[in-house]
Amino acid sequence: MFESLSEKLQSVFKKLKGKGTLSEQDVNDALREVRLVLLEADVNYKVVKDFIARVKERAVGQEILESLSPAQHVIKVVNEELTALLGGGDSEFKFSPRPPTIIMLAGLQGSGKTTTAAKLANLMKKQGRRPLLVAADVYRPAAIKQLQVLGGQLQVPVFSLGERQDPVAIAKAAVSSASSGGHDVVILDTAGRLHIDEELMGELSRMKAEVSPHQILLVIDAMTGQDAVNVAGQFNSLLEVDGFVVTKLDSDARGGAALSIKAVTGKPIKFAGVGEKMDALEEFHPERMASRILGMGDVLSLIEKAEAAMDQKTAEELERKLRENKFDFNDYLEQLQQMRKMGPLDQLINMIPGMNAKQLAGVEIDESQLSRVEAIIRSMTNDERRHPEIVNGSRRRRIAAGSGTSVQEVNRLINQFEQMRKMMRGIAEMEAGGRRRPSIPFFG
Amino acid sequence: MRLFKGLFQKVDQLVTGRRPVDDELFDELEEALIQADLNIHTAIRIVDNLRDVARSERISDSEDIKTRLKEEISALLSSGPEGGLAVSAEAPAVYLVVGVNGAGKTTSIAKLANILKSRGNRVLLAAADTFRAAAIDQLEIWANRIGVELIKQREGADPAAVVYDALQAAKSRRADVVIADTAGRLHTRSSLMEELKKIGRVVERESGRPADEVLLVLDATCGQNAISQAQEFKAAVPISGIILAKLDGTAKGGIVITLRDELGIPIKFAGTGEGISDMQEFNSREFAEALLG
Repeated sequence: MFESLSEKLQSVFKKLKGKGTLSEQDVNDALREVRLVLLEADVNYKVVKDFIARVKERAVGQEILESLSPAQHVIKVVNEELTALLGGGDSEFKFSPRPPTIIMLAGLQGSGKTTTAAKLANLMKKQGRRPLLVAADVYRPAAIKQLQVLGGQLQVPVFSLGERQDPVAIAKAAVSSASSGGHDVVILDTAGRLHIDEELMGELSRMKAEVSPHQILLVIDAMTGQDAVNVAGQFNSLLEVDGFVVTKLDSDARGGAALSIKAVTGKPIKFAGVGEKMDALEEFHPERMASRILGMGDVLSLIEKAEAAMDQKTAEELERKLRENKFDFNDYLEQLQQMRKMGPLDQLINMIPGMNAKQLAGVEIDESQLSRVEAIIRSMTNDERRHPEIVNGSRRRRIAAGSGTSVQEVNRLINQFEQMRKMMRGIAEMEAGGRRRPSIPFFG
Repeated sequence: MRLFKGLFQKVDQLVTGRRPVDDELFDELEEALIQADLNIHTAIRIVDNLRDVARSERISDSEDIKTRLKEEISALLSSGPEGGLAVSAEAPAVYLVVGVNGAGKTTSIAKLANILKSRGNRVLLAAADTFRAAAIDQLEIWANRIGVELIKQREGADPAAVVYDALQAAKSRRADVVIADTAGRLHTRSSLMEELKKIGRVVERESGRPADEVLLVLDATCGQNAISQAQEFKAAVPISGIILAKLDGTAKGGIVITLRDELGIPIKFAGTGEGISDMQEFNSREFAEALLG
């Protein structure tokens, strides 16, 4: 239905490219497209208005850098302003000097509070802390059970008084139980509620007054539309939240709501939820969010994920091979194991700029198929693994028979491998270029 | 209906007092539509059309512009199929309920089951969200409250197998309707969309026809991403309608106009609260008539 956002920006800036100076008209043309891109990304209308005005002021003003093309200059300003707006504030998570540190989660129904509570507990536990999860959602059927199941999986205790107690009383009892039980972090999972529900919002106020949380985090769904400003504004004015957790960032939502809530409240975004697994909670990176909102992919995230999953030596070896274009099926086999650690492959591919769903169709690798892929590679001779181009029809038939798969599957793997090789070479070249901003190689 | 009330209240505020029909007016109309989460391109198109009409018909009264805008939006919502639920000649009718995480599937199913039961149907629920912790318990609590049967397996079981069991049970117990809950899934996860296709195939094999309704639950708070959601889910299973959940907040859910207009998916129900009876049939024609009448 829509042309991909990155394509659109590219074409806008192609129009600008080659002109010697950046006139007000040029800036207006470019910013008209940027405005659409931001609105498509669900950034609130008013926030977009302010943002565009700010960028225009900077772009047309005297700050124009001689060394940049007009297009690069506009991109640079847009990207910088966006990153500045998304970041700033104290995004670091602070623990109380006197334990336990009390964290209270709040948000609309379905924003992801319970999952986030469990992920936070998991994160704290990995840091060597002893978290206590508190089931203070007494309204949604089985919400307590949900937290208990998750707590059980993580081996983190869950405090509950059942669903017949006042949530404020539960929170209070949990905090005193935490102190005596040696817990240094208390995570309060509260019921989802509408920001205009006076009674339930009052309950949160009372809870805040009673247990004085050190951190009140508002959980916001990345897919939220224009209303994000109302939600964040109301919760913040009532509770004075300390920051946000933006969830479901593993979707294809551009996540403009993140910009809206930051702009409206000035409060930092502290965590990003990026998957259903318990370790899929990351710190928030404003520069990545900026490029995501602009539809420019998330190269840095990809590289960082790859680095985290691979040990340094393997990574260097891989990088060398990629650069020299010597990446072969042997390396692929080795990488398959590494890649499993990096998370869902489709998610990784999504982070690559310029990739869209259509292009994805041929590249996509179903994770359940990984063992079949392994079987195919293991049925290849060493020569074949090193030089995939020699794998002709009869070799393909032999490999299929040997691996218990079909020739079609072998064909598909070899094609996918070639595409992947191309793709990874692109990343390696970008990285070799000195870690420039993700936007620049793209538009340069 | 709250969505329209909110939207048109805003429009009413903008164009009361017979102001001149000028660029400023059209800009504000566009702003109002975008703030109601209409798709940005739909909003621009509507306002551009309006501008052309105003020019060619020399409309100088802002009241007329307002009427035209309402007509246009109503027309977009009335195009395509109507909103009632499919009934099948051969019982049980099978309704699949799908959507992203946290959209409100389980609660919507409870409300839907309650509506169908109150109309005299024998309803059977299938707890095919075997993934999320305690999702089965959540549906079971609702089933007990409403007084309908529930078919379940353990957590982690194959959801298609749960649906299979439910269909068998529905046949032997002569149920009129089976409503299957499914796990929340992001539309970008291809393996999970495959799982959904498999559930669809099981329904087709066991009842000799595709699911009678595949209802996509959409959070009214959701913005432009709803289009991507609808497209991807539609590619996996034949989405026949939308349940627009959480319309009791301040979000307007205007994105559904595009879902209906461009993807041809009718909006069937609107969720307006946490109570079991907080769901209404969404009838765009009725709305359009009320608006124009």
